[in-house]
Amino acid sequence: MDLRNRYVVLHDMSLRDGMHAKGHQISLDEAVKVATGLDEAGVPLIELTHGDGLGGNSVNYGFAAHSDEDYLNAVIPKLKNAKTSVLLIPGIGTVDDLKRARDCGADMVRVATHCTEADVSEQHLNWARENGLETVGFLMMSHMISKEKLAEQAKLMESYGAQCVYCTDSAGYMLPDEVTSKIKSLRDALKPETDIGFHGHNNMSMAVANSLAAIEAGALRIDGSVAGLGAGAGNTALEVLVAVLNRMKAHTGIDLYQIMDVAEDLIVPLLDQPIRVDRNSLTLGYAGVYSSFLLFAKRAEEKYGVSARDLLVELGKRGTVGGQEDMIEDLALTMSLNRN
Amino acid sequence: MTQKLKAIIIGPGNIGTDLLMKMQRSNWIEPVWMVGIDPTSEGLKRAQEMGIKTCDSGVDGILDAVIEDDIRIAFDATSAYVHAENSRKLNELGVIMIDLTPAAIGPFCVPPVNLKEHTKKLEMNVNMVTCGGQATIPMVAAVSQVQSVNYSEIVATVSSKSVGPGTRKNIDEFTRTTARAIEQVGGAEKGKALIIINPAEPPMLMRDTVHCLLDSEPNEALIRASVEKMVEKVQQYVPGYRLVNGPVFDGKRVSIFLEVEGLGDFLPKYAGNLDIMTAAALRTAEIFAEEVANNEIKLPERAANHIS
Repeated sequence: MDLRNRYVVLHDMSLRDGMHAKGHQISLDEAVKVATGLDEAGVPLIELTHGDGLGGNSVNYGFAAHSDEDYLNAVIPKLKNAKTSVLLIPGIGTVDDLKRARDCGADMVRVATHCTEADVSEQHLNWARENGLETVGFLMMSHMISKEKLAEQAKLMESYGAQCVYCTDSAGYMLPDEVTSKIKSLRDALKPETDIGFHGHNNMSMAVANSLAAIEAGALRIDGSVAGLGAGAGNTALEVLVAVLNRMKAHTGIDLYQIMDVAEDLIVPLLDQPIRVDRNSLTLGYAGVYSSFLLFAKRAEEKYGVSARDLLVELGKRGTVGGQEDMIEDLALTMSLNRN
Repeated sequence: MTQKLKAIIIGPGNIGTDLLMKMQRSNWIEPVWMVGIDPTSEGLKRAQEMGIKTCDSGVDGILDAVIEDDIRIAFDATSAYVHAENSRKLNELGVIMIDLTPAAIGPFCVPPVNLKEHTKKLEMNVNMVTCGGQATIPMVAAVSQVQSVNYSEIVATVSSKSVGPGTRKNIDEFTRTTARAIEQVGGAEKGKALIIINPAEPPMLMRDTVHCLLDSEPNEALIRASVEKMVEKVQQYVPGYRLVNGPVFDGKRVSIFLEVEGLGDFLPKYAGNLDIMTAAALRTAEIFAEEVANNEIKLPERAANHIS
């Protein structure tokens, strides 16, 4: 694999995907410290909001320590170079939420849909383009469809105004060959001016390898988190990826030692539990289940006495998609009643 | 039966056709016209084969027939854009309009919760909210009738095949309208609605979850009884409406997990979301008809001659 002189844009997820790992309880102070640390290290893009994006504050996903606007208003004024993005999942967040985020100074919106449902993103991508935001289309659970179908859905997002489209491995299910094949498929299908991105999760310990495969196949943007702070077994660890890319003589514009320090000195002390490939997060990846289900499955196990692994495997069998956290409690109830 | 009220359906698509099939079994409503705008429409052909009069020039094409055929109810299953005009023209002729579009120019109607309010006032236009609203607001009301609900949130999960292009283009509207109705009809102080589309094959049945955050510790027995009673009420017109789990109590949270299986008239059984709309719309019309027959309400007087 030859990535010499390739320029890669790394997009930090610590303060958005990382919210999943923190039950959405990152404080404003913590957010500012981490964001400014990343900015100083040269990270060009930082995502902020509730783990489930704008409008995610809910019983279903959990209430964050602060509103999305409060996070944006605390962090954005402190950044010198980095741009900020917000996540928006249609069906959860609305254009009204997006307006408010734009008014707080967000530069970019990433509109995320399940990989087969790109057409629900039209109104949001359209509005964003017409109102001066940079736009990204984000196809979640990309492991669930063929590369041809993925390309079709990506083209839809491109037609609505997405300037970049992501293949997202929300379940940390993919292996490098699948990533290569899907990124290639997107690169062939989309216009040359449309960038491709990849978002990996480390549930099968493949996040860095997958990210490299994505870059080789034509992805410009790669998501990751410092110390991997993210859902499931975490995102691709940015400081590790930077070290690997440095070794491979690719360019990220990020200072390795500084980002290592952010990981060790700022993120690690925040952790409520270690971000690791444990029995449950490995199951997520193996069964192809949305990474943010991890803590919910653990809680259901404690409350209802049903094995988290059994829950996750069944949810995978049923084809459960992102956002269906309510089905975790529902299934736990059903399984615990059937047991008795 | 002489007490049947005669009706027209505007919009010969999936919803209109499913509604027509249900209506043919109704003891209270008699379908007379199916109205569309496309002469090549499959739906108009189907309606003709079912013995219904059809019109392919829109609502304008049947205005003259309204008085002649004694049409008293109209169902609009078209789109929000044309609804206001349809409603105006038909209300002028003394026809009660049941709106299945997102237009919502009239008050929200969720039959087991607030239909009687509307029939009492002889409301001339009622809106059926959304599929998620019809499935969940009865539960919100069941809880709020017992105890104060500060906040209620619903999660509607629907199979990909049963979400049409209209909803997809306006998904924000779905969440906004449903949230408003959770407040106005469900009785929650604040409402929120989430919708998830799932492409699993075979298509999944509609699932709906209702979370309520109460003002105080829940009275479990009363809430359970209220919820079960309300489920039975909905089952009168949607037999496939089921309480899968719950009510679950956790501190001040009450959560209810539902499933809606359609009858499979025209729409497949997995499209319970669409079925509950047509069933609720028909139920609404039937209650109007029942109350007219019982002399509880009087239909509006109308001129013998209509000048268009």
